[in-house]
Amino acid sequence: MQTLDELIAGAPIFAGLAPEHLALIAGCASNARFDAGEYLFREGAPAERFFLIRHGAVSLEVDAPGRGALVIETLHQGDVAGWSWLFEPYRWELDARAREPAAVVAFDGLCLRGKCEVDHELGYQLMRRFAASLTERLQATRMQLLDVYGHAGSG
Amino acid sequence: MPDRAEAPVAAFDGGAAEPGPMLPAPFVVSAKRQDTSDTWTLELRSRAGTPLEFAPGQFTMLSAFGAGEVPISISGGGGGEGEEGLLVHTVRAVGLATQAICEAPVGEALGVRGPFGRPWPVEEVEGADVVVVAGGIGLAPLRPAILALLARRERYGRLLLLYGGRSPEQLLYASDLERWAARGLEVAVTVDSAGPEWLGHVGVVPRLVHRAGFDPDGAVALLCGPEVMMRFTFSALVQAGVSGDRVYASMERNMQCGIGHCGHCQLGPTLVCRDGPVYRWSELEPWLAIREL
Amino acid sequence: MGQPDGHTVERDGLDELFAALRRRGYTVVGPTVRDRAIVYGEIGSCADLPIGWTDEQEGGHYRLRRREDEALFGYNVGPHSWKRYQLPPQVRLWRARRGDDGGLAEVEPEPARAPRYAFVGARSCELHAMGILDRVLLGGAHPDPADRARREDVFVVAVQCSQAASTCFCSSMGTGPTAESGFDIALTEVLEGPRHYFVLDVGSERGAEVLGELPHARAAKEERDAASAAHARAAAQMGRELDVTDIRDLLYRNYENPRWDEVAERCLACGNCTMVCPTCFCTSVEDVTDLAGEHVERHQRWDSCFTVDYSYIHGGSVRSTTRARYRQWMTHKLATWIDQFGSSGCVGCGRCITWCPVGIDITEEARAIRESDKTPATPTILGIDQARASTATGEGTDADA
Repeated sequence: MQTLDELIAGAPIFAGLAPEHLALIAGCASNARFDAGEYLFREGAPAERFFLIRHGAVSLEVDAPGRGALVIETLHQGDVAGWSWLFEPYRWELDARAREPAAVVAFDGLCLRGKCEVDHELGYQLMRRFAASLTERLQATRMQLLDVYGHAGSG
Repeated sequence: MPDRAEAPVAAFDGGAAEPGPMLPAPFVVSAKRQDTSDTWTLELRSRAGTPLEFAPGQFTMLSAFGAGEVPISISGGGGGEGEEGLLVHTVRAVGLATQAICEAPVGEALGVRGPFGRPWPVEEVEGADVVVVAGGIGLAPLRPAILALLARRERYGRLLLLYGGRSPEQLLYASDLERWAARGLEVAVTVDSAGPEWLGHVGVVPRLVHRAGFDPDGAVALLCGPEVMMRFTFSALVQAGVSGDRVYASMERNMQCGIGHCGHCQLGPTLVCRDGPVYRWSELEPWLAIREL
Repeated sequence: MGQPDGHTVERDGLDELFAALRRRGYTVVGPTVRDRAIVYGEIGSCADLPIGWTDEQEGGHYRLRRREDEALFGYNVGPHSWKRYQLPPQVRLWRARRGDDGGLAEVEPEPARAPRYAFVGARSCELHAMGILDRVLLGGAHPDPADRARREDVFVVAVQCSQAASTCFCSSMGTGPTAESGFDIALTEVLEGPRHYFVLDVGSERGAEVLGELPHARAAKEERDAASAAHARAAAQMGRELDVTDIRDLLYRNYENPRWDEVAERCLACGNCTMVCPTCFCTSVEDVTDLAGEHVERHQRWDSCFTVDYSYIHGGSVRSTTRARYRQWMTHKLATWIDQFGSSGCVGCGRCITWCPVGIDITEEARAIRESDKTPATPTILGIDQARASTATGEGTDADA
């Protein structure tokens, strides 16, 4: 059974961080669990937390009137759900729902933002890592947008 | 010296006489099923009784009467999976010729020429972990390769299939996937978008690559899908540490003869019908970077 | 070049050549004047040849002019090439009727009924072109017996050029002006004052047999020298040059050279160059049905990489711009052809220059690219396994040169 510190140190998004930064981050972290179907966060609500997925699957969804919940992406072990806590207006832009029972490390975004204001090096290191993650997700999203399997670009 | 006597010409019905490579043999549709809104799988049987021998990754030039001819990868046939003596083609109706093929009822004869092209290197990669990555209808040309790998399962390390489609309704071969998983193929499926009833992954295929957790040293990848998807997948494979000369891809271009004569399928210094459709990615890479090559 | 024991045939003895070929059942095709050009067609005797005509060629310019003498072969090349006999402009591949099941019934292949041709007047560049086309059509893994039938038993009477047009550059391509092989008989025309004769070299046994039926004599040294002088004249008059040093890699590293944009502004994508080129081999295959849909024929006809839909796949063409298509044609001809088929695709005949309506000159384009080549010469960027890419190990015929 891993400790919170071990989980954080082993997470891909925190790879290479200095021990004192890992400690700062851990200070804002706690374990959490979600049942299948439970929401981690909902569109429009204040974004004050983010989550590192330890087990289980979480889907990022948009609720479209008349069409129900449309799944944009599914996240799994090692993925981070939520970055709106880092950027104004600090509001969630999507729903995140556990598809199966999910064990996560939950981070207090308010707490971590405060620490970043004080320790700019921490802030820079976190920004870099979140930017890299965002880039990867953006590229994937672009590919989804291209609808490569659609009629004019079929395989 | 007398003129050459005109030999009487027998009608060619795909029988014993050696036909030229431009003459189609009639193959009768013995069964068909609809896979998705625009894709059908047809099982064909040679009217002359001579089954087509082929290697995984090859294609035939397929035509319905009077509607033109198109290159279609072979997606099954030969031995195994209850397909002895059959030629199986999964076809997407995107134009006149493919529409006519997909509409052909059981009992009608289609024209078949081939097989042509360079196949998947299933024997050359024995001993390796093989990662099969398919996008959309790209799974069809890979199906014979998967069957060949599973037929000699003990000669390979891990076998993985990473398969992506547009939506759950556009996925192919659902029952095959289950059977293959039981035979030792690790299957991961993802779709670009889905409604709430879909309980699987949503996201693009390259993300499956990141998550698959295979050992890149000695791994070999076989790719087939839209070119954009293959390029993005290749990036992901490289990021994961797979070497470019151990990635193979099936390419596609306009084809009209299948025998390296008509010139349409040129891809830089190669002819896809002859030097492909399966290529080593490291050969292709500099050429794929040229716009409108 | 040639055997030391050449022969001579006088001008009025040459008609016997036609008779000898006809006795052997050949249909003689050769140059003749039609529609103000020298084209290839069936000819019956020397009288049908372009006697006393020459061609004046430049970029986008072709005119026939009267010569001051009565030379039979005093011109270079016209818009036709022997390609039309090797790879006819339109061919029916097969026919079939709709079966009772609604689908394909028996397929009736087109009988290989090609006449036995004798080509009279083939130039060295043309012999090379025939060999190059043979490698494309017959050198692969799936040769078509119909293509092979068209090449069997063709009798070739070559003519050695004694002059070169301003658009000729066979010397640069190593394909002339003097043919060394690939013919049954080769003629060099000599006009010396009142005397008009041919120095004749035999290239095969059946060529020797045919020679036996013509009034001929052993060539004297002066006559051989006259022939050599004619060959030298042609070589000296070569109108253009194309530097083929490292041409393949030069073009491979210049896919983004701005010159392509420049030529695209002039090119009409009309495809004339591909029609007149003796090695362009692109064809399209299409099904043609009758109105009732009961009978179908599959046809193969000449196509051109300059057409928009030539490279069509799934809702669009890979090469949608003229720039891309011109680049494809020229790079194929001079560079990728080498990897695909083991030799250059260009024989330096200059037809593409003459027949381009706007006078685009392949030698000028190649020079412009070479001069503006800024990329450092690196080892070839390909990873193409040479043994894989060119399957052509020359299953050529006699015309292979």
